[in-house]
Amino acid sequence: MNNAPVGAPTTPSSSLPVVSDDRAEKRQQLINDAVIRLAGNSQDGIQAIGGFLARLAGRSAQEVMTYMTIPSTISGGPSIFQVRIGSGEVLSAGDEADFLVAFYQHSYKDHISFLKKGGIVLYDSDHVQPDLADKNYIYVGVPMTGLTVEALGGTAKDKGKNIFVLGLLAKIFDLDVTKLEKLMTERFGKKDTSVLNNALMAFHAGYAFPVGNIIDLYKFESAEARPGARAQVTMDGNQAIAYGLLAGGVRYGAAYPITPWTTIMETLRSELPKYGGLFVQCEDELASVSMALGFAFAGHTAITGSSGPGISLKTEAIGWASMAEMPLIVVNIQRGGPSTGLPTNVEQSDLNQAIFGGHGDSPRVVLAPQSVEDCFYIAIEAARIARKYSTPVFILSDASLATRIEAFEEPNLKELMINPKIDLSPREPNFKPYPLEKITQHAPPGSKIPEGQYPLITGLEHDELGHPTGSPKLHLAMTAKRRNKLRVLAEEIPVPEVYGPSEGNILLVGWGSTYGPIREAVDKSRATGDSVSSIHLRHIHPLPNGLEKVFEGFNHVLVVEMNDEGVYGYGQLASILRARYCNPKIQSVTKTDGLNYKVREILDRTKASLETALIKR
Amino acid sequence: MSAETTIPASSQTPAQPDKLTKKALTADHPTWCPGCGDFAVLSSFYKVLEKKNLPHENIVTLAGIGCSSRFPYFVNGHGAHFIHGRAVPFSSGVSLSRPDLHVFVFGGDGDGYSIGGNHLDHGARKNIKLMYVIMDNFVYGLTKKQTSPTSPIGYKSKTDPTGAIDRPVNPIKKLISNGATFIARTHATNPAHMIQMMERGMEHNGFAVIECLSECVEFYPGAFDAANPRKGGAFNLIDEKKWDGTAEDEARHDVTDEVAAFKLANEPFPGLFGVFFDVDRPTKNQLEKKWIDSSREKLAGKSDLDILQSTFDRMK
Repeated sequence: MNNAPVGAPTTPSSSLPVVSDDRAEKRQQLINDAVIRLAGNSQDGIQAIGGFLARLAGRSAQEVMTYMTIPSTISGGPSIFQVRIGSGEVLSAGDEADFLVAFYQHSYKDHISFLKKGGIVLYDSDHVQPDLADKNYIYVGVPMTGLTVEALGGTAKDKGKNIFVLGLLAKIFDLDVTKLEKLMTERFGKKDTSVLNNALMAFHAGYAFPVGNIIDLYKFESAEARPGARAQVTMDGNQAIAYGLLAGGVRYGAAYPITPWTTIMETLRSELPKYGGLFVQCEDELASVSMALGFAFAGHTAITGSSGPGISLKTEAIGWASMAEMPLIVVNIQRGGPSTGLPTNVEQSDLNQAIFGGHGDSPRVVLAPQSVEDCFYIAIEAARIARKYSTPVFILSDASLATRIEAFEEPNLKELMINPKIDLSPREPNFKPYPLEKITQHAPPGSKIPEGQYPLITGLEHDELGHPTGSPKLHLAMTAKRRNKLRVLAEEIPVPEVYGPSEGNILLVGWGSTYGPIREAVDKSRATGDSVSSIHLRHIHPLPNGLEKVFEGFNHVLVVEMNDEGVYGYGQLASILRARYCNPKIQSVTKTDGLNYKVREILDRTKASLETALIKR
Repeated sequence: MSAETTIPASSQTPAQPDKLTKKALTADHPTWCPGCGDFAVLSSFYKVLEKKNLPHENIVTLAGIGCSSRFPYFVNGHGAHFIHGRAVPFSSGVSLSRPDLHVFVFGGDGDGYSIGGNHLDHGARKNIKLMYVIMDNFVYGLTKKQTSPTSPIGYKSKTDPTGAIDRPVNPIKKLISNGATFIARTHATNPAHMIQMMERGMEHNGFAVIECLSECVEFYPGAFDAANPRKGGAFNLIDEKKWDGTAEDEARHDVTDEVAAFKLANEPFPGLFGVFFDVDRPTKNQLEKKWIDSSREKLAGKSDLDILQSTFDRMK
């Protein structure tokens, strides 16, 4: 670190059209929100810059949200990473960017339209020739490739360019260099020391570039940590699910790789052995759900997971979990479907599959996290419900939450941590695995049943002891038993709070990753005088009791979701709510472009949907 | 405290004080057709369990779907009746997470070699510690006479009215090439041999598969008469090496020789009976445990809470 060339001035190349010779420092503007879009190719390490910025924000008590796209090609291809940092609440990754960092001509061409009017394009002048005649934007050309090579020596390989850009951004936004250096040391310090040294050299070369001669510099208003608040942790949604499962006492799982689910199984595979647990990569989806059910039968709260196509394959075994009443968590990181669909895009089109997938009446619980932070807490809740009700529980996340990085207040692990235990105590001689009068709690193998009959766990319709039966009376009673435990669960689920007044014209209903944009849409509508509130459902099946009372307070209930309106004109959650409440006020706002909702889209679509219905405010 | 510490550490649990009896092990009366070969497999299994006197609560019988997969209902012990073809991964979950249990898997040729064929390969490859008895009757019985993966060419079934045309699976060759570490073949009409094979299978530390010819008297009667001396057939045993240095021993079968086992498996029907292959290779159970142990050793007694807390500290 000491031998890094701190603050060494670098002569800008003469080919830079907009660099002025004016050496006077521009003034520093105070800002509280910035959207930075980094556009390059997937191998450029732009995710790394985004990750550093997000973690820095997290350490500075600022709010942060990121958004990234990865190409579904094997290697290479255009990729973006967008970071929104705010000193106040950050609800979405931002509709428009304030800054665009363009590594290539295609990055510039494809993303310039996402830049706000008056926004700044920071481009690699070794690769990009912008249309300087377009006066909507401010152009800052920096020979990023050349200067990185100059700083590090060596060849014109693109390595290190990302860290150079990080240095540049650190200068523009007056970021905390000490904290960034610490983050880089944590990230690269474990490798060969030359890796860290190169990173620091590239960073300082970028930091030393006299960008202040060209544009104004900025500084984030310092964010005040809430009194008594814990430090922030920064992670993506898939990490939050994995660590939530660990905190929730889940120690055994099995799966098969599929985008965008895979990073959860990678995390659990390497983390679980530390906890005395195990995660197995199986030969296919069928084997992985089956192995997870073997873990569950053995007395563990087990987890399997996948994305759409893999969940389809697991469906038969999930039916067994309903029938046999097994504590199984199934994570579905939704992507665009059907079939192979859009593997790296977002969609909320697996809701019906989660609730109804498979043959027969097979009740299961479906939960949907609304933010990265919520991914952590919902995983703990899923484990608790799976155990308490001996049932399969779906966690419906999506591609957007999976890859999005957020900073959130560190959970109080001491209070939350569950240490799993298996109850192998001897049971009564008349032990019944499937008692009709109460919720099933299995006696795992290893528990003695002195003088009695050992339980048989089965997918055939069965009597209270688990022995097969074709009795109409028993099928009736057992079907009701499996369904009724979800009704019992519904009683303990709180009705979510309404965001905004509990009475008004429009209530937006959402679930999953649309939480942020919907709230921002409510804020914007209310700011212009429109009467809009929202409610976000985390428990989709069973629904909490009492939603009908919430709906009573509004003239219109619009369900906003990322799936198709279907043959009858209603999205998947809207259809369920209409069936449940028979309320014609419930209307649907849907889309299937594979992208996150923008705040603007929600506002426009809400308006359009009301106009279609010829509704006056 | 972690999950594993609440479970007894290994299957070397002491024998229970009360003698395990056939009476204690008997559950529902089997639903098989009178004369079905599977009855003999069940009574041989009771005999082996009585002899081994394993702790009753640690005996687990598991199965997929099929006539023979009804097995767990007929054994009074912890058990599960899972879905078609997936008995091996299900049982693997039980075996890998509960070293204190004795895992026995039962099923038929359709469940094991057809719909579950891929899982059999991977269970073998992973060398999961369990014993799997496949009652092979060369026909689908539960669904009433359709061609099975082991039906011989020419066999007339409801799905091949003019005779089966697809080449049957050779289970022993399939198992050898996929890495099963104990492979035996027996016949339901020879209980003494069945018991011998099951005992050896149970003692084996790894993926032990016993292919057991078990006649379907309803849909394929007489299928295995050629291997039944009482019906004029020949029950030809594999002559295993005794390693006694004698000249005769030279010609005997070395159960650790994969190529020799493959050659024996090539014998035309009714083929040979006995142990084809028996080797020691680390089980997935052992290898995963090794990783778990070394991971935990590095953490020097830290609690689960401490481990997760230090992970979160790194994300601040």
